[in-house]
Formats: sequence, structure tokens, C-alpha cells
Amino acid sequence: MSAAIDSKLTPKDFTSEQEVRWCPGCGDYAILKSVTRVLADVGARPERTVFVSGIGCSSRFPYYVETYGFHTIHGRAPAIATGLKLAQPDLDVWVVTGDGDGLSIGGNHLLHALRRNVGLKILLFNNEVYGLTKGQYSPTSRRGTRTPSTPYGSIDTPVVPGLFALGAGARFIARGIDVDKQGLEAVLAAAHGFDGAAFVEIFQNCIVYNDNVFAAFTEKEHAPDAQLRVEHGKPLVFGEDGSKGLRLDPRTLSLSIVDAKERPDEVLVHDETNATLAQLLLGLGPPEFPVALGVIYRNPAPRFEQEFVARHPTQMKRTAKIADALRQTSTWVVE
Amino acid sequence: MIDHNLFESDSVVVRFAGDSGDGVQLMGTQFVGATALAGKDFGTFPDYPAEIRAPAGTTYGVSAYQIHLGAGPITTAGDKPQVLVAFNPAALKVNLPSLDRGALIILNTDSFTSRGLQKAGYSEDPRKSGALDGFQVVEIDIATHTAEAVKSFGLSKSDAGRCKNFWALGLVQWMFGHEIASIEAWLAKRFASNDAIREANIAALRAGHAFGETAELGAAIPRWRTPRAKFPPGEYRGIRGSEALALGLAAAGELADRPVLFCSYPITPASPLLHRLAQMGAHGVGVFQAEDEIAAVCAAIGASYGGAIGVTSSSGPGIALKTEAIGLAIAAELPLVIVDSQRGGPSTGLPTKTEQSDLYQAVYGRNADAPVPVVAARSPSDCFDAAIDAVRIALRHMTPVFLLTDGYLANAAEPWRIPDIDAYPRIEAPTLDPSRGREALFERDPATLGRPWVVPGTPGLTHRVGGLEKDIRTGHISYDAANHQAMTELRARKVASVADFIPDQEVAVGASEGDLAVVGWGSTYGVLYQAVQQIARTGARVGLIHLRYLNPFPRNLGALLSRYERVLVPEMNMGQLATLLRDRLDVRPAQLNKVTGQPFLVSEVVAAIRQELASLPKAQFRAV
Ligand code: SF4
Repeated sequence: MSAAIDSKLTPKDFTSEQEVRWCPGCGDYAILKSVTRVLADVGARPERTVFVSGIGCSSRFPYYVETYGFHTIHGRAPAIATGLKLAQPDLDVWVVTGDGDGLSIGGNHLLHALRRNVGLKILLFNNEVYGLTKGQYSPTSRRGTRTPSTPYGSIDTPVVPGLFALGAGARFIARGIDVDKQGLEAVLAAAHGFDGAAFVEIFQNCIVYNDNVFAAFTEKEHAPDAQLRVEHGKPLVFGEDGSKGLRLDPRTLSLSIVDAKERPDEVLVHDETNATLAQLLLGLGPPEFPVALGVIYRNPAPRFEQEFVARHPTQMKRTAKIADALRQTSTWVVE
Repeated sequence: MIDHNLFESDSVVVRFAGDSGDGVQLMGTQFVGATALAGKDFGTFPDYPAEIRAPAGTTYGVSAYQIHLGAGPITTAGDKPQVLVAFNPAALKVNLPSLDRGALIILNTDSFTSRGLQKAGYSEDPRKSGALDGFQVVEIDIATHTAEAVKSFGLSKSDAGRCKNFWALGLVQWMFGHEIASIEAWLAKRFASNDAIREANIAALRAGHAFGETAELGAAIPRWRTPRAKFPPGEYRGIRGSEALALGLAAAGELADRPVLFCSYPITPASPLLHRLAQMGAHGVGVFQAEDEIAAVCAAIGASYGGAIGVTSSSGPGIALKTEAIGLAIAAELPLVIVDSQRGGPSTGLPTKTEQSDLYQAVYGRNADAPVPVVAARSPSDCFDAAIDAVRIALRHMTPVFLLTDGYLANAAEPWRIPDIDAYPRIEAPTLDPSRGREALFERDPATLGRPWVVPGTPGLTHRVGGLEKDIRTGHISYDAANHQAMTELRARKVASVADFIPDQEVAVGASEGDLAVVGWGSTYGVLYQAVQQIARTGARVGLIHLRYLNPFPRNLGALLSRYERVLVPEMNMGQLATLLRDRLDVRPAQLNKVTGQPFLVSEVVAAIRQELASLPKAQFRAV
């Protein structure tokens, strides 16, 4: 028996003994299951894997995975994970954050982790609400969202996480749905395989404070028309039997829907390295358009921590002695 | 024959002042090098303009360099200059009020045009208005002399003008009886590839030196002689605080055999440390400029979590931003060094001015009961040992540690006997033998209460840490009431246990019991030392107790202070150490507080000590 088979781990090996404390029915449970399955599938090693989180419902995640874990402070997980990566560039580091943690209080750190292309897998659980603090609106809540802090409806324009990431210079942007096991796991595996900052937005249902907020495209009966599953090199089609397709209107530089069966050559083919296409896809949504899911943008570039070490004069090794450094100036001797 | 132009004294304070473009700082550092070679002790302080590019000739564009040299021990850059070299009217105007009575002023006359006077804000030429009465003024047209000296090298007018500082330096070297050979050697190396500039500067230097020796004016140019200092034998170098701090952090990495990750965000006056460490890669030092202060401390915490020595650095306002993350490092029990280059506040305050502003912030400045050890550096060279100390405490006890310094220390320089790094004990952190398993993850060292530093990547010991309260035994999240009580007490005991490892407090100078203990911390050391020494020499029973460890205090501090009738705490704040002494030791000190952005003068502290002594009931029986 080979060592590789010997050491094959199961999702259970990645499940910690801690009692899970999310509300019954929370979308986080499904995400946790998918993550542990993917960790087993991709052959991750618990001791080489670290989950770093901030504050919020999603940020309890590290307690439930049997790896190293650091539950930090609100919004700062990307910064802490960046420091960890500088110390140990080869660890497998995942950041788990939410719409409030990652895009409100921690927006700055997320921006910089993405633009630096730090080798982190960043999972942003978007439920468009603050769960842990009992239901206030979040930076991804739609205009008019009524919550205890916005009884007359919120008035600010929501941020689109994927567009934020693209604007920040992210090189990997993907989307999945909490309960869509297959789609989500494919995306997580792709994120794991990406050598750089992999940003994954997961539409997560908060059953207590924002139930069904994504129903318009996650419910089974709407799914075919409301979900566009993108795949590199494949036509951008959706609907029953792939009957609808997206094409580019060159006059308005916008996407429109065509009958994919009648006019197949007008249908755009997905190119995951095309940032302009990614921008158009990330901006789509109901009621007029489907929501793009899967790996929307993937365009590798050198990973920050690798560059940090490679460009360091001695690759972070200690090659000089302090005793010599103390004398790198004019000295004089007193007898 | 008495030579009225030869001055002899134990020490003398010299100040060079001019426009940023006059090369005053370079002149200062070269003069210091020659001073060291002449075997004298020194203390220096550069004074840069706050504006990056202030208009030439204005008072706010004046750059200065002060050096105090002589037999020593010299512990400050000096109160009042006895010699001023002023390159323009603005430099004269800015520095005139701080000069010693009867000081010698060397004026570069070519800049005393009506336009130059006007830019400096002089409505009348100070040489004619009586403003310089009582001073000894020597007027020299330095620009013309320099132009004359370098004319054979075919330099442009502006390049020739830039040799002015070396001409003046040559003259000053002559005045102090210093050789110019070492400066020539430096110029030869610095401008090795530019023959004309090199030769012109050397010619200017020699011409300035010869001017003192031979010019008709020569007899009128005063000379100064100070004795050599009595240094203990050894190999010496000059050192600035920021350099010592950077070397100390790198040395701590070597002593701990771990990489140092310095994560910082630019801020005045902390940035020189960032720049210096960026050049120390070969010592296993990595520098990360983060997106903000919070990210900087967080990245340092992440680095420590990964097994490196995480260090962050800032000044008061930036430290405030880091506060929440420091609490996280306390809760997660991770080592971290926070270097605080203090400056005047609150808010943006006085970014370039020195203030002992952050003792409260370091000791008390967090939510909940969140104790942190605090150490402070007292002199430029002391930054080296203070940095090693801070790292040692952080690793030994698995805790964040504050290291307090300030802009004065960062920029000031002094001679330093190069330490023998092999004589320093290695820096150890608590570890865990993996065979002991997860049950032992939070078994603390009984003496230091540090938990084992188990880093990601270690097989068999996966576990979670974080900011939530954890079970004292297992490390799992715990909201248990008794456990929180126990953890809070443990964190307090852990920091208190630092006192078991630090040396007893000693008296820096003066009496070790008696009438008055002067208690200080940080960069006031030099001034307090001179002041106490001066008074102690008169027979007064005054001692200086200068604290390196501010939290916790050395175990014997209370007993030591009780050996004096009174305690005086001079501070460049409104009484932060005084509060701490009342709080921790129930000592009720008298205070001397100054927040002008300027360091204490020795004379101010001497006056305060005298006043304190005079108020003692027994004072009348003692000759003070
Ligand atoms: S509040 Fe919402 S997001 Fe948080 S655990 Fe409950 S259901 Fe999940």
C-alpha cells in the first residue's frame, strides 16, 4: 500500500469535536460540509491548513474544522493571514469572512489582500445582513432593506462583492450557493488550486434575519432561468436545455439575452481571463438577468508572499552576523 | 602671554544652522566623526525643519545640528550652544534665543543681503541693530572664500556653492584642534567616481582649515580645547537611536534564531526605523509596509502566530489604532513587540516634537483588564538593549510588549562601546514536545506563565486560538464565569511575573539614599543624569532612579524609593509616571512637567531639584 493511499483523509478527519453553534437551518452548515469534503478531496493536510476568520456568524468557522485556526477580530482576518503567510508562505491558508466583516469594517484589508495577490482562499459568506448582532442591514443589503436599524428602509447602494474584488485587482473571482453542493465544491476546489488570492462569494441563507433573500435565483423552480453557470471555453448559456444565451451588444457595451438555439454563434464564449467580460458577468442579476456562478475570473499572477521571499536580499535567511553589522561604520579603539 | 582666543572647558556645545540645502546635517555628522577620533565623548541632536521643502532663507526652513563634546560623561546634546555657525540670517534668528551668554557666533556674511534679511523677517540688520550685543561675532564671507578655493575645478556656480559646508567644516576643525584627514578620506570614498566634486570639496575643507591657521583674521578666531574623555577600554562607534533599535531587533532575532517580521505603516517620527530595518534583510529581517496601522499590527500578530518575531511600530495616534489588535495578542497569548516612537498629542498633535506622551496608553490603554509589559529606552545606544529586552520578554512570557522610544532618541547620537553579542543569553520561548499531545497545548511554564508556542505546520497539534475567552486548561472557547475570573487573574499574574526576571532597580547616579530621589524614564535620562550629577557633586543627597521597566516595576523599587525623604518625577507630559507610582506603589511624588515639545534643559531640572530640597524641613542644616 502506498503512503499516499495510507494518508488519504476523509471529511470526518477535518471535522472538529466542537459543538457547532449556528442557528438550525443556517446555510453555514452546508458550507462547512462542502469545505471539509473539498479538503479531503484535494488531499489537504490538517497541520498544513489554517483557517483565519474575523467576527460574525461566518467567523466561527475555524472552530469547526480540524486544522489550525485563528478566530481574530472584526474585519482583520486578511491582514493577520497576510502576516502568517509572510512567516510561512507554504501554508494552506483560508480566510472566512462575511459581508459585514469583509466589506464593511474590514473592507480596506480585503482590498489590499486582493490587490497584493496574497495566497489566501477568501470565502465571503454573503447573507446581506448582520446576523450575530441581530439583524441590522449590511453593506450588501439592497436599497430599502428594513431592519431594526433601518426601520424605514436602508438608503445606501449595496456593494457587489465580485465587482469590488475585481476593482481591487483580484486574480480569481468565483461564486457559489451554500446548498448547491456540486457547484460550490467545484468552486472551492478551484480556489484551493489557485496560486494567489482566490476570492469566493458564497450566497448564504440566514434563516433567522434574512430568510430567502436569494430565493429569486436559488429556488429550484427559478434556478434554470436565474442561474448562469460559467465554464471557461464554454458558451454562456442558461435556461431549460441551455436555450438562452448571452451576447454582447457592441453599441451599448452591455450584455443581452438571445435565443441560444436559434442564434448559437451570437452567444459569447466564457473566457475566464477576460476582466472586461468578468465585469459584465458580475454585474448581472435578477429580475432581468441570471446570476453568474462558478469561476468567473481567473488570471494568475505571482503570489505576494512568494515574491516577498524571492525579492528579499537573502530569501528571509539569516546570512550575516550582528557582530559584523555592529562594525559596519567607522569604529575606534580606546586602549 | 595669555591667549584671549583660546578657550578651555570640560565640554562645549556647538550648533551648525542653515538652510536645508546648506549641508548642515552632513557637516554635523562629519564633525562628530572627527570628534570621536579625537577621543572625546559627545551627544548630538539634529533638528530638521518640519516642512519637507520649506522655501530657502525662511525661518521655518532652518535645519540645525547640535553637538555637545568634551571629557564626559556627556549624556545630552547640551542646553545652550556656546558656538553657533549660522549660514544665513534665518538660521541666526531662529537660534539666537537659545544661545549661551557670550556665545561665539560665526556668520556667513554673503547671505546677509537685504533680501536674505527680509526673508528671515529681519526689518533691520541684526549686526547693526544691537541684537548681537554681548555675543562674540566673527563675520566671514564663506561663499566667496569657498568660490576662491574651488575655482580651478571648473564647477558650476551652484556646485561650487555646495562646497560651502566643507569649507566651514575645515575652519571648525581647526578651531577645535581636530584633524581633517578622516574627513578627506570620507570625501575620497563618497565621491570616488566624481573627480571634480571630490577634489573641490577636499580643497574647500583644506582652505577652511588653512584660513583659521593663516588668515590675518586668524588671531581673532577663537580656538577651543576640551580634554579627552575617559572611556573604558574597548572598540567604539557612534550610534543613533533608530540604528541601535534596528540592530537590537535584528540581534534579538539572531539570539532567538527566528526571523523578524517588521510590519509597519509610515508615520512621523517612527519611519526611520522602518527604513533602517528594510536594509537589514541579511539578518533574517523582513519588512512589510501594511495598508494601515491596524493591518500592520495584525500582520505582525499573524507573523508571530506563524512562528516569526512579529514587530510593529508607530507613534501615538497609530498606536491608538492598534489597540484592539493588541488585546487580541493578549487573549491569544502571542508574542508581539510594539515600538512606540512617542510624539506630542493628542490627535495629530506635534508630529515632529518629542513628548513622553504614551505611558498611559501603553500601560492602561485597552478595553478590559489587559496588562502588557512596558519597557522604555533611555539613550540612543540603549535602544539596542531595550529592543533585545522587549523581544526577550515577549517570547518568554508569550505576550505583547510595549517598547517606548521617541523622535529625540531616534535621531540623537552618542559614542557606544560595541557590545559582545556572544555574551548575551539566548532568547527562548516555551515549546511543546509533540508527543505530549493536544492536552498539553495550554500547559504553561509555571515561572513565566507563557503557553507553548505551537505554530501551524506542527503535526498532531492542530488547535484553535482567538479573541474569545478560552478555557484555562483546554484552550477551547469558554463562557464559564469562574474560568473568566481565573483567566483574567492569570493574565495579570503573567505580566507581574516579568518582575521575577528583570534586574533590581539601581541608582544611576548620585546618592543611594537620602533627601531626594529623582525618578525618570525614557529619553530624559541624559538631562536628568547631568542635573543630578551636578547637584550631587555639591554634597546634596540626591539620586537618579531611571526606569527601564515601567510595567511591571522592578520588585525593589518601592523599597528603594522609601530610602529617600522625597520623590521628584520630571516628565515631558503632565505626570504619567507620577500617576503610575501613586497607583502601584502609593508613592506621592512631586512633579516637574513640561510639554513644550522641547527637551528639558539641565538648568530647569537643577532648579526643580533645588526647590524640592529647599522645601525639605531639614534643608536649612545642609549646605546645598
Ligand atoms: S443568525 Fe443567520 S447567519 Fe447567523 S447563525 Fe443564525 S442563521 Fe446563520
